[in-house]
Amino acid sequence: MSTKPTKGGTGMQRDGWEAVIGLEIHVQLNTRTKMFCGCEVTFGEPPNTHVCPICLGHPGVLPVTNEKAIEYATRIALAFDCRIADHTIFHRKNYFYPDLPKAYQISQYDLPLGIGGHLDVELEDGSNLRVGITRVHLEEDAGKLIHTGGTSGRIDGADYSLVDFNRGGTPLVEIVSEPEISTPDQARAFLTQLRSLVQQLGVSDVNMEEGSLRCDANVSVRRPGEPFGTKTELKNMNSFRFLHRGLEAEIERQIDALESGERIVQETVHFDPGTGLVSTLRSKEEAHDYRYFPEPDLTPIELDDTYVERVRSGLPELPAARKERLMAEYGLPSKDAALLAANKPLGDYFEAVAAATGDPRISANWVMGDLSAYLNVAGLEVSECAVSAESLAELLGLVRDGTLSGKMAKEVFETMTATGKSARTIVDEKGLGQISDAGELDAIVARIVAANPGPAEEFRQGRDRVLGFFVGQVMKETRGQANPQVVNDLLRAHLA
Amino acid sequence: MISRQEVEHVARLARLHFDEEELARLQPELGQIIDYVRQLSELDLSGLQATSHAVALKNVLRPDEPVAGLTQEEAISNGPDVERGQFVVPRIG
Amino acid sequence: MIADTGDCGRERAGDGSVLDVTTLTAYRCRQLLEDGEVSATELTRAYLHRIEAVDEAVQAYLLVDGAGALGAAAAVDAKPRAERLPWEGVPIGLKDIFCVKGMETTCASRILKGYVPPYDATIIAKLRAAGLIFLGKLNMDEFAMGSSTENSAFKTTRNPWDLDRVPGGSSGGSAACVAAAEAPWALGTDTGGSIRQPASLCGVVGLKPTYGVVSRYGLVAFASSLDQIGPITRDVKDAAALLDIIAGRDPRDSTSIGLSDPIGVPSRGDLEGLRFGVIKEFVGGACDPGVRDVFDSGVDAISMLGGVCEEVSLPSVERGIAAYYLIAPSEASSNLARFDGVRYGHRAAHSEDLLEMYTRTRSEGFGVEVKRRIMIGTYALSAGYYDAYYAQAQRTRTLIIQDFERAFSRFDFLVSPTSPTVAFKIGERTADPLAMYLSDLCTIPVNLAALPGISIPAGFSAGLPVGLQMIGPHFSERGLLNAAHAVEQKLEVDVVPPLVEVAG
Repeated sequence: MSTKPTKGGTGMQRDGWEAVIGLEIHVQLNTRTKMFCGCEVTFGEPPNTHVCPICLGHPGVLPVTNEKAIEYATRIALAFDCRIADHTIFHRKNYFYPDLPKAYQISQYDLPLGIGGHLDVELEDGSNLRVGITRVHLEEDAGKLIHTGGTSGRIDGADYSLVDFNRGGTPLVEIVSEPEISTPDQARAFLTQLRSLVQQLGVSDVNMEEGSLRCDANVSVRRPGEPFGTKTELKNMNSFRFLHRGLEAEIERQIDALESGERIVQETVHFDPGTGLVSTLRSKEEAHDYRYFPEPDLTPIELDDTYVERVRSGLPELPAARKERLMAEYGLPSKDAALLAANKPLGDYFEAVAAATGDPRISANWVMGDLSAYLNVAGLEVSECAVSAESLAELLGLVRDGTLSGKMAKEVFETMTATGKSARTIVDEKGLGQISDAGELDAIVARIVAANPGPAEEFRQGRDRVLGFFVGQVMKETRGQANPQVVNDLLRAHLA
Repeated sequence: MISRQEVEHVARLARLHFDEEELARLQPELGQIIDYVRQLSELDLSGLQATSHAVALKNVLRPDEPVAGLTQEEAISNGPDVERGQFVVPRIG
Repeated sequence: MIADTGDCGRERAGDGSVLDVTTLTAYRCRQLLEDGEVSATELTRAYLHRIEAVDEAVQAYLLVDGAGALGAAAAVDAKPRAERLPWEGVPIGLKDIFCVKGMETTCASRILKGYVPPYDATIIAKLRAAGLIFLGKLNMDEFAMGSSTENSAFKTTRNPWDLDRVPGGSSGGSAACVAAAEAPWALGTDTGGSIRQPASLCGVVGLKPTYGVVSRYGLVAFASSLDQIGPITRDVKDAAALLDIIAGRDPRDSTSIGLSDPIGVPSRGDLEGLRFGVIKEFVGGACDPGVRDVFDSGVDAISMLGGVCEEVSLPSVERGIAAYYLIAPSEASSNLARFDGVRYGHRAAHSEDLLEMYTRTRSEGFGVEVKRRIMIGTYALSAGYYDAYYAQAQRTRTLIIQDFERAFSRFDFLVSPTSPTVAFKIGERTADPLAMYLSDLCTIPVNLAALPGISIPAGFSAGLPVGLQMIGPHFSERGLLNAAHAVEQKLEVDVVPPLVEVAG
């Protein structure tokens, strides 16, 4: 398979195809209690120990909406810059499945809580991708099914299944993106960004392994410029890695199919993490007819401006606002500010370094340059970095006061990441202090000029480039520790 | 009027099964009822809102406070088939 | 069923006189208890005996909890009278649609046979707190779907006025029970007339409150936007008292509102200054002439009391049945989907896979009418049909609400016959479902508009009871019950059917 990146980031093209991806994300809220009843939201507890007649779907029970869930969903919608609906209602989504106790899920349909937002995604190449957010809505989670008998706990071949309703009724916020993502890499970046943003809101653990962050994808392929192809729904990717692999596999499958003259069927495609393959469940079951109708047991929710503003004012500083502030406070260029705003831990790190050094420019250069490069290569999060903001600030202090040249500082930094030692310690241990003392350097410069009359003469004849040779010699002599600016001045003096 | 095919489709959606005899009775009955209720389509109600609740309430919410639920034993007590604290259902696939 | 203690239906009161339960209202029971003339145990026993004596014929009860009732009565008797709550010790019958913790609740359906709720409905908790004695669970049309109680999976209740006739439905068991004095009062539910129509057919009082006055938590749902719980009693005073016990906003029911003030004891003697609209569409051709005559005498009584009666037309109510038979089955098809054999109730044995289990469980467990309505509802909500059917019906509902609003701008209350006919013979209408639906003409629009409606006995036609329906604006229960009380007192209709007791 040949993949050629296209210009303008319009997406992966294999043999003239491009992919169109939309993501459907479910975030499990960390409210104390469930969406429609007072059972506690828990994880990993013995089965059916956090249930009540309501979340078990007994005859006669009624749901009552959790006010915290409304607040959390509003926070999420505002974080994506959505418009909050002034009249939002719940609908029943009707279908039969053992983990769905009422045989309907209370969800939202045509009047969701939040509409028309966006998420700015920082891509690996440094560019920004703005992905539209179609809607943000609330719903309740289903219970958990375990398939037993058969092999490996998968549904095919299982003799029977067991149902645990502890999870049933947990509040979920569904976030739907516009189909504006073009590659598995972009999808991954989107989800990473989303996860980081939601985490900042304090409304969810957003942990894919635990299931508090789930992601399905709608995938289609087309020739550039043509209308959208038929899309499939890709499910069961429960890690970032699987999301990427699943998308790759499904895009591959669709292109293969279309190139062999087959048509894409609109259906659910299942990702198998074990094999890395996608398979279509061509079951006899027809497409679901959910028979949506407004939930008669619940009232509409009308959030007025006062409420929305209260929630908004309680939000942590969001990327858009942070970007503006970074530009204003630190004089950072737009692109740098955007990058630091999009990645909260990195932005926090930068601000700590800038505060300690008092020099935003050198701080930004280092944080976005050497530090980020190191984190990338080592595969680490900012929180896992061996070099604290204070430590980096100390290093930068040594550059600013002339103790270290920029080049030396990079070496010291490398040692810092490897050993965890402070800059000062390393400088002292290795005797790395930059030599800036003109007196000390003057003797060396004089010696080298005297030892190289030929090049000295060439320089006096006007060949400026020869200066570089002398600088190199001085550096060699001083093991790179001479202050280049001082050396330059001294050489010109001696070569004059 | 409702076709035999539609009756079977709706029955599947509702997880109901009817034998031949039942279908023979049900199809005309449903047809008759649907023809009767279809009279509403004669009305021009385009200017009206649909009423879900005749007595309009809004923003009825509850605080995020735990309320005692059922023990596991109580939860599974009515279960037709239970195992290890969970409800058993036959093969899904 | 219960221990035989001698004289059937005639318990000896403390002073040796015979306690004839057919003469007792709930207030009278309360009086006897307060005065010490009868103990709670004696009173409960008297009712249990009466059930034993007549229920073989009437078939009102699905379950009689003799032991539980006597136990509860004994607990009441153990309390000094001065410390008792006002209604403590008064027995009551409950439609088998309310979840009572620890007591089998079937909704007269095979699919719930053996289901024992792990919780109490809110109204049940209120009755318990008030100290009422639960005699047992009363028969009904399966899942409240029906107008005759012939759709019960277990038995057919008979009208105490003529045992070959239906008691009405779906709260037929409750109405027959009260008419036959098998309880001083009972609770039923009304979605399209299921309290008022059986009350009318059985010659007792039945009240459907404004939607939202009584909590639905623990009421097995039929049509969520229409269901309401209400009293079935021997007189309007009792209905007011029972409503006061069960009414109230419930945090467990998002659609509940309660009443701003209790009703108290209706005391209105005349109807001076009140205007009554006679709903033209309900006294037309569909109405039986004998019923019309009795209704007219009811209107005369209103006039004699000083009320002004005038005909009023609500044209859209003729669309009520069509709208109802779209909205109710649609909501029901969703509400009944939870009966899938997974967590409670009937499960078909030996299923190969889940689909088979679901399908066989539901096909075996539900009766014919329930299945019919699930089919209609599923159809009406299915892809492509929602707007033409369900949404159009909800728009029709708006039209009907507007007609009522217009009427209430001119009238204080509206009146009509409760049912176009008297009780029909058992089996007479079962072959034609649509004909059965059409008998709800006068009651359905009241549910669609969420208004309060009461049926009071107005007289007899060919020896069978005829009810007069009075309808009020939203939350007008106090005025409505007072007006109804005045008419009831004026009409003085005998509510005791000539039931012959069987030796127990």
